[in-house]
Amino acid sequence: MSKNLQEYWKKNVTFMSFLLVIWAVVSYGCGIIFVEPLNAIKIGGFPLGFWFAQQGAIYVFVCLIFVYYAYMQKLDREYDVHE
Amino acid sequence: MSILAWTYIMVGLTFSLYIFIAWISRVRDTKGFYVAGGGVPPLANGMATAADWMSAASFISMAGLISFLGYAGSIYLMGWTGGYVLLALLLAPYLRKFGKYTVPDFVGDRYYSDTARFVALMCAIFVSLTYVCGQMRGVGIVFSRFLEVPVNTGVLIGMAIVFFYAGLGGMKGITWTQVAQYTVLITAYLIPAVFISMKIAGTPIPQIGLGGTVQTGQYTGQYLLDVLDKLNTDLGFTAYTQPGAKSMLDVFCITFALMVGTAGLPHVIIRFYTVPSVRAARLSAGYALLFIAILYTTAPAVAAFARYNMIDTINDKPYAEAPSWFKNWEKTGLIAWVDKNNDGIIQYRAGKPFVGKPKFVPGKTGPLGQKIVANKLTSSPNELYVDRDIMVLANPEIANLPNWVIALVAAGGLAAALSTASGLLLVIASSISHDLYYRMINRKATEKQRLLVGRIMIGIAVCIAGYFGINPPGFVAQVVAFAFGLAASSFFPIIVLGIFSARTNREGAICGMLAGILFTAAYIVYFKFMGGTKDQWLFGISPEGIGTIGMIINFVVTWVVSSMTKEPPKEIQELVSSIRTPRGAGAAVDH
Repeated sequence: MSKNLQEYWKKNVTFMSFLLVIWAVVSYGCGIIFVEPLNAIKIGGFPLGFWFAQQGAIYVFVCLIFVYYAYMQKLDREYDVHE
Repeated sequence: MSILAWTYIMVGLTFSLYIFIAWISRVRDTKGFYVAGGGVPPLANGMATAADWMSAASFISMAGLISFLGYAGSIYLMGWTGGYVLLALLLAPYLRKFGKYTVPDFVGDRYYSDTARFVALMCAIFVSLTYVCGQMRGVGIVFSRFLEVPVNTGVLIGMAIVFFYAGLGGMKGITWTQVAQYTVLITAYLIPAVFISMKIAGTPIPQIGLGGTVQTGQYTGQYLLDVLDKLNTDLGFTAYTQPGAKSMLDVFCITFALMVGTAGLPHVIIRFYTVPSVRAARLSAGYALLFIAILYTTAPAVAAFARYNMIDTINDKPYAEAPSWFKNWEKTGLIAWVDKNNDGIIQYRAGKPFVGKPKFVPGKTGPLGQKIVANKLTSSPNELYVDRDIMVLANPEIANLPNWVIALVAAGGLAAALSTASGLLLVIASSISHDLYYRMINRKATEKQRLLVGRIMIGIAVCIAGYFGINPPGFVAQVVAFAFGLAASSFFPIIVLGIFSARTNREGAICGMLAGILFTAAYIVYFKFMGGTKDQWLFGISPEGIGTIGMIINFVVTWVVSSMTKEPPKEIQELVSSIRTPRGAGAAVDH
């Protein structure tokens, strides 16, 4: 792999890891591990931990994929590897 | 018009549509048959993936399950959506760039080994076959409940339809029928949900209604979830929004196994080979999850509404005044009531009313006209048996919706079951005709021969699935844990390592796959079939969650064995670096 491509791959992996941290935090963090303390906070009729587990985590998942798509579109062009 | 007449019209119309689509998208070459020619637009692939993924279980059973489990049902909601993030970030773009037809194809080529290909092939077939049997059963049940034909006839009709459009159009036919099926199933899911949300919470958006206030009755003005917490605690259940008895580690492991299992299921992965480019693979994963999320965020709202509605309209009410839907479903044996204290009032409490599923004494009714149950009673004060599956199916009746809505729900359930079944059958057919027949047995087979073998395999797979749909093995429910656990512990680690670590070699992958599968399978078999008890669970992890540990074992073994044996050949290392960049994906498809 040329130096340029190594840099492309590194950037990709870094950003991907960052998104996966968010993925883990909203589902395993907010939805499972910290569900009880978060349930003490109420947003409207929703206990927050419950909301993350049954609604919020899923919304965040959808956003993560589209953000990754947009980032990679930019990165592909920057390193001239786009289709 | 009656419900039955409406149901015949709805099911007739949707089935004609599927057959019409199959006819216009019939194929003549293997590329069309395996991956729809690689030309499916991302939006359409997103819809097809969503329909492929959402089975009869998602459509019919999930909301009912959450309704009874409350917070604990979140494992399914997060587990069956979170896997798409892993797919989109770790697998889909690279597998698309690699550009072969099946999962065993990738495993076999990346690890330059027919042994690895064969192990992957066996896993793909086993996982898909266990899954498809449940779908055929689902088709039969919807037919018998709404069209009043015997379950077996229902299964046979379902088999004929699937064979017709999967055999004729292959992946191309399946893709476009799945797009239509997604439209049918999501409409059928949302219409009753919107009506019920209006009725209970006064807002047309169920996702907002879940956090809204109750509009009528004694709890007017209070938050729905607060009311449910209170009702559940009063009746002896865990509060609706709070974690229950399962240990946190177990919840963690089950959710993780479902996520990783989702990302490793061959019929889901194969969908990303059908799009024209790497960019399209990334985008269509986003669309797929978006379309899935529409149903998956509605389901918890439907669950909460149904729970409230059920307790509010039935509990502590005289049987004589029970609403008509209660008596309709009592006839089917999915609701049963035993008047333990002879007061004529339905008491719903925590605990089982009697042992097992209700068996009625034929021809005998109680003093109030209720059916008499032959089962052994328990000491629990609970008098009511409600099958979880009726929550979605009975919802339109509970909310007094017009007959055509009820018919639409039946068509939606069928769409969900058929779309998943066809995707699975194609995986089985393409694995055998491509990976086994073409790649391992007859390398000189012509296009025509391979296509014929593919079609014959669909026929055989349909018959096997139909057989198990008609004679369901007693262990179907247990086997589902198997499908996810196996997908998590076999494919996922070696595909991820195959992409992200060029150093991973043949020896590592084969040892890792075998270690992961054997550990997971042994654990599930021991606890599900050989009478292992709960206190023997490893770290308190249930068989449903053990795929997580199997996956870790696979990762570790693959890595350790790879670093102790010699590195993969140069051309494999070049293959790995080539799949990491998108350019050139279109050209690589045929081989």
